[in-house]
Amino acid sequence: MSSEATPNAAQTALRTAAIMLLFTLLFTAAMAYTYHATRPAIEASREQEQMRLVDEVLPPASYDNALLEDYVLVGHTPPPGLDKGARVWRARRAGEPVALVMEAVAPDGYAGRIALLVALGVDGRVSGVRVTAHKETPGLGDYIDPRKDRDKHAPWIAQFAGRSNEAAHWLPTKDGGTLAYRSGATISARAVGQAVGRAAGWAQAQGPQLYQAPAGSRLP
Amino acid sequence: MTRQEFRELAHNGLWKQNPGLAQLLGLCPLLAISTNMVNAVSLGLATILVMALSNLAVACLRNLIPYEIRIPVFILIIAALVTVVDLAFNAYFHSLYLVLGIFIPLIVTNCIVLARVEAYAAKNPALTSTVDAVMMGAGLLGVLAVLGALRELAAGGTLLAGIEMLLPGASALHLFGDAYPGFLLAALPPGAFFTLGCLIAAYNAINQRRAARRLHPPSNSPLPAADGRAGASAPLTS
Repeated sequence: MSSEATPNAAQTALRTAAIMLLFTLLFTAAMAYTYHATRPAIEASREQEQMRLVDEVLPPASYDNALLEDYVLVGHTPPPGLDKGARVWRARRAGEPVALVMEAVAPDGYAGRIALLVALGVDGRVSGVRVTAHKETPGLGDYIDPRKDRDKHAPWIAQFAGRSNEAAHWLPTKDGGTLAYRSGATISARAVGQAVGRAAGWAQAQGPQLYQAPAGSRLP
Repeated sequence: MTRQEFRELAHNGLWKQNPGLAQLLGLCPLLAISTNMVNAVSLGLATILVMALSNLAVACLRNLIPYEIRIPVFILIIAALVTVVDLAFNAYFHSLYLVLGIFIPLIVTNCIVLARVEAYAAKNPALTSTVDAVMMGAGLLGVLAVLGALRELAAGGTLLAGIEMLLPGASALHLFGDAYPGFLLAALPPGAFFTLGCLIAAYNAINQRRAARRLHPPSNSPLPAADGRAGASAPLTS
């Protein structure tokens, strides 16, 4: 009999490695194919999800441009607490500025960062605010998210709509401001209020620049 | 596959070798996801899908997989299928994906998937392997559903919270009213262990009673075979 009858360890390793490689190729191909086949649908649903969120803070009828494509990238800007590469979308009607939709962060929530989406009208008033991510205590501080808010008819977050940029508008009544809050969870309300205030102030100061920059450009 | 085989597979998966109550496999999702019923049932369904696909794939390829490298190949197959299911859910069932998105990748580490591939699909033809996977998965789903329902009910007095993310317009049941103070422990990890412990105790008690009855059938029972014991016990006594 030849040496093939009792292969040594190296031959066994090579043979099994070759079989392993075949299986790897086969299943990697399956994954790559699925990835490419599902990408358009995933992109579409991600965009739809984003649009749904934007619709909650800004009435869709108030603007007529393709909002998601009309954005500027902003770098790390301390006032609204945006992360690097965050986007500010511009809503326009017949080419005239209507509102800015921006991501903001409240770093001082009761349980860490609270991510927000804030829409600010060109008149300086808030159009709407939504919490996009938070870790506030379930049943206590999570009323800042309207999906968790027990009061479905007048959710807490709705009171931001129409507020202009004044210091008292961003403070809970407990601190001498005008923002209502739920007892036992002032910190969450204060963090969100302050973050919206910082975003509003920043957007007001940067307003013309934010509206005029070409779509897709990056501001420092 | 004969009817008898199907019955045996179903009985094994759903009761006798139930992954959650008898084999105690797949505890990671069982305990982590069962904080409410909607999450638990959704993840159970995703697990059934992954188990059926991986058992089918392995059963079809079983004669091509060398014994000495079967485990890396099995894990490769399972991981690839979970990736495919993850992408497919994200693309075609997006609202479900928003609920389950972070849990689907965890199915890779669910030992019940590897256990069925290794113990059953590696030695059996495609059809029975798929049925075995579906039955085992259904057994896990049942335990997940009961565990999720009990924990959710104890923790917040609700059932089916979050159903509106799957079925728009549906709403959760508030069984105990708004005044229910809530029992936070049930929603926390220890609550999962306590609840599962109670379920396993109940499961064992039922099994013991059945075994005792089989040995000493009650004399006043009018039709001994009417409750299905005769059919079920035939394969058990072998």
